[in-house]
Amino acid sequence: MRERSIAVRRLTDLLVRALSSLAALIGIVFLGWILYVILVRGMGAINWDFFTELPAPPGMPGGGMGSAIVGTLLMTVLAMLIGVPIGLLAGVFLSEFGRGTRFAEWVRFCTNILMGTPSIIIGVFVYILLVVPLKSFSGYAGAVALAVIMLPVVARTTEDMLGLVPNALRESAMALGAPRWKITLSIVFRAARTGLITGIMLAVARVSGETAPLLFTSLNSPYWPRSLGEPTSNLTVTIFNYAMSPYDDWQAMAWGASFLITAGVLGATVLTRGILWYRSRNQ
Amino acid sequence: MDKPTNLKPRLNVDPAFRWLTIACGFFILLLLAGILIELVHGSRLSLDKFGLGFLFSQSWNPVTEEYGAASSIYGTLVSTAIAMLIAVPLSLIIALFLVELAPPRVSRLVGGAIELLAAIPSIIYGMWGLFVFAPFMADHVQPFLARISGNLPLFQGPPMGIGMLTAGIILALMILPFITSVTRDVFRMVPAVVKESGYGMGSTTWEVTRKVTIPYGIEGVVGACFLGLGRAIGETMAVTFVIGNRHEISLSLFSAGNSIASTLANEFTEAAEDIYLSSLIELGLVLFAVTVILQIAAQLWLRRTRRKMGVGL
Repeated sequence: MRERSIAVRRLTDLLVRALSSLAALIGIVFLGWILYVILVRGMGAINWDFFTELPAPPGMPGGGMGSAIVGTLLMTVLAMLIGVPIGLLAGVFLSEFGRGTRFAEWVRFCTNILMGTPSIIIGVFVYILLVVPLKSFSGYAGAVALAVIMLPVVARTTEDMLGLVPNALRESAMALGAPRWKITLSIVFRAARTGLITGIMLAVARVSGETAPLLFTSLNSPYWPRSLGEPTSNLTVTIFNYAMSPYDDWQAMAWGASFLITAGVLGATVLTRGILWYRSRNQ
Repeated sequence: MDKPTNLKPRLNVDPAFRWLTIACGFFILLLLAGILIELVHGSRLSLDKFGLGFLFSQSWNPVTEEYGAASSIYGTLVSTAIAMLIAVPLSLIIALFLVELAPPRVSRLVGGAIELLAAIPSIIYGMWGLFVFAPFMADHVQPFLARISGNLPLFQGPPMGIGMLTAGIILALMILPFITSVTRDVFRMVPAVVKESGYGMGSTTWEVTRKVTIPYGIEGVVGACFLGLGRAIGETMAVTFVIGNRHEISLSLFSAGNSIASTLANEFTEAAEDIYLSSLIELGLVLFAVTVILQIAAQLWLRRTRRKMGVGL
């Protein structure tokens, strides 16, 4: 091996240390930059009307994102109602019934692949599946697309969280003569409750900020959502449309909506992470 | 003697519950197969008309109804390559910082901040990219690159701000947290004894990292890069905002281009003719196929690594 003086080695080491601290700093600077811009530009557009009014045409003062907020909430809740139960049960299968079987291996493999599938592809899929046969863009299609994205995330988190529950707990319940479904639902689920809830909240938070799967499923609409059977107004597609428009007041509204989405998603993420961290520290 | 009443045979729900969970697991398989079948079915018009030439043709003309994927594929590859070139080394040294250099408290805070980058929705990256970062690129970074690069064709042309380079940098930022967090976990799994023997020989931190930690965890790091790659290739909104949306291939990274995902996002609802729509769906099929192949490679690789290291990743 080539001999090198201790001074050179020390210097290289120092250089790498400086570089790696700098790299970490770069990451934080970008995070701060993005959050700062969203906060400063977004706050200006937020007022009471923003939450209660319909969007105004360009050039008109006032107007808000009321319809988009309602639409996003409706679709996210519906997506949750579809995606969470199926995801939970699939996770139960992976963790409780399928352990070690070949079929479960396949399901896990496909769940991972589905999780890595770009969300825009899910949008195209739901477009062909629902929008074309029903001949209309609809909030239902949007919710289904969001549910498909949520599903694998919930399934994998459920499997991971149920896997943390000690087997002794299941065995003691079995020794008392409890049937499997009761053990799973009222003992294993209860033991893994915090993990499950935080996992689901993270999945919902992620999905509520999605745009690509909604572009050609729920589309967008300037009206209050009357039913989910028609194109449904939502925050993220509205941001996209407004940001691409040449009107200053629409762009300002897009910043307001960006602030709302970021605050919601990051808030939920930080909160759930905090709960997880707090629990793990206290155990 | 009476039998105890509670031992009467009750309705056994267990098989039903079991089959319900199996059905939900099967549903995921079905979903994935459904996506593939629908995409192939939806793109058959374009598959019939253009055949394999679709992948290599640069034309994208709704008037003459000639469609080709070359420019979209090129844009996807170039923007992803830029993202990987930036994100991989950066993630590696950030992970190094988190594991070897920073005190635990700082490490947790910085690690948490980096992970927050992953929680920001992609449309927010798009807004920031279009209105804040692209002008910054146009005013400061691109003129600087043009000046120092001389006649290198990569950095020619007017500094518009939007374009391949900007899209690549934003993508890098978006995949950074994924690669960093897996890399950090891999570095943490290197047994302390192994590292300490390095230090015991009088090595510096960097020498231990380069000759002990990285070789020990290299397979996990490669797996992490696969995952990041899969994300970058399918990323839609952030790229759509800043890439410029132009169906032409040009060598300069300053010029506008498009990616598969951005083409879909921009043109899908405008496609009135069947063949137009079908070509777009075929673009989707190409993207889906690439991400599935990447995912499978990453899964197999990580599984191999896990077996070798005997720990879960």
